[in-house]
Amino acid sequence: MIQSQGTIWLVIIGLGIGSFLLRFSFLGLIGKRQLPEWALRLLRYTPVAVIPGLMAPQIFLPADGSTLPDPVKLAAAAVTVAIGLWTRNVIAAMAAGVGVLAVLSWLI
Amino acid sequence: MTAPRNMSARQAFWAGLRVGAPFVLIVAPFGMVFGVVATEAGLNVLQTLAFSIAVIAGAAQLTATELMVQDAPVFIVLLTALAVNLRMAMYSASLAPHLGAAPIWQRALMSYLMVDQAYAVGVQQFEQHPDMPVDAKVGYYFGAVILLCPTWYLSTLGGALLGNAIPPSIPVAFAVPIAFLALIGPMLRTLAHMVAAFVSVTAALLFAFVPYNLGLMIAALLAMGAGALVELWLIRRGRWS
Repeated sequence: MIQSQGTIWLVIIGLGIGSFLLRFSFLGLIGKRQLPEWALRLLRYTPVAVIPGLMAPQIFLPADGSTLPDPVKLAAAAVTVAIGLWTRNVIAAMAAGVGVLAVLSWLI
Repeated sequence: MTAPRNMSARQAFWAGLRVGAPFVLIVAPFGMVFGVVATEAGLNVLQTLAFSIAVIAGAAQLTATELMVQDAPVFIVLLTALAVNLRMAMYSASLAPHLGAAPIWQRALMSYLMVDQAYAVGVQQFEQHPDMPVDAKVGYYFGAVILLCPTWYLSTLGGALLGNAIPPSIPVAFAVPIAFLALIGPMLRTLAHMVAAFVSVTAALLFAFVPYNLGLMIAALLAMGAGALVELWLIRRGRWS
């Protein structure tokens, strides 16, 4: 749980302003000048460079006290990614992951 | 059917609306998921809705929420979530040649409303029909996005109300990782994307000890470089489409 109300509002406002500036950057200020190709090539990979890394420690590094990653989480994670790859459908992948999580938590 | 180069702004608006409308079916469930996840993380309903109105970007909002749960410093939360949104600058750059001649207030409004689907629908039309008048291009863009943003706000609100109604005895803490992991599969479109994701995961684990969640920033930079290098390698071998 997030404790600080101040942090939440600061993040909402800061991310709102920052996101607007990113969107407005070229369209609003720079006009018709194009980004160099190398920059476009790097920017193409930002989401896929950030999101898997954000999740990895949670899934692969054991929570405090245990020595192995939680098998239920590992299984749910693997199914979610696999269904996402297979169907290319975010919602189907979420449903599959939650399903595996629910069934395994109930069994174990 | 009027040829695109003779379209009025009004005709273009309706044409954009027709192409954009089906994406409501994708945006609505994702908004619900964010709403539930945010309330489980400790945001109240007002904060959750304000978040969606201010940012309109699901992956960045989820990233920020997750990092706040991990108690990361505000500076790191903003930096990482904005990194997820860097693609918006790329969209902005690729729309600028088509929409750059519109009045400033329209460009500001289009910037605020710039979401993945509006970009995809818009740029596809503009590249096929570069001779559309600027006001028709603007109309098309607004038509494509006009249903999506209210859908995002309302579905987030619905998800927040639903999240509040789920009793605390049901553990949904792992719902955040699931929501994220679901985003990854569809992102892995090419070998370059797969390599980037692999480097991101490996480096994030190796650098997990770095304080302030900066290990993630290191991992992201390495992964972006890896993706770009694989892309260049594929281009040189003539295997990049």
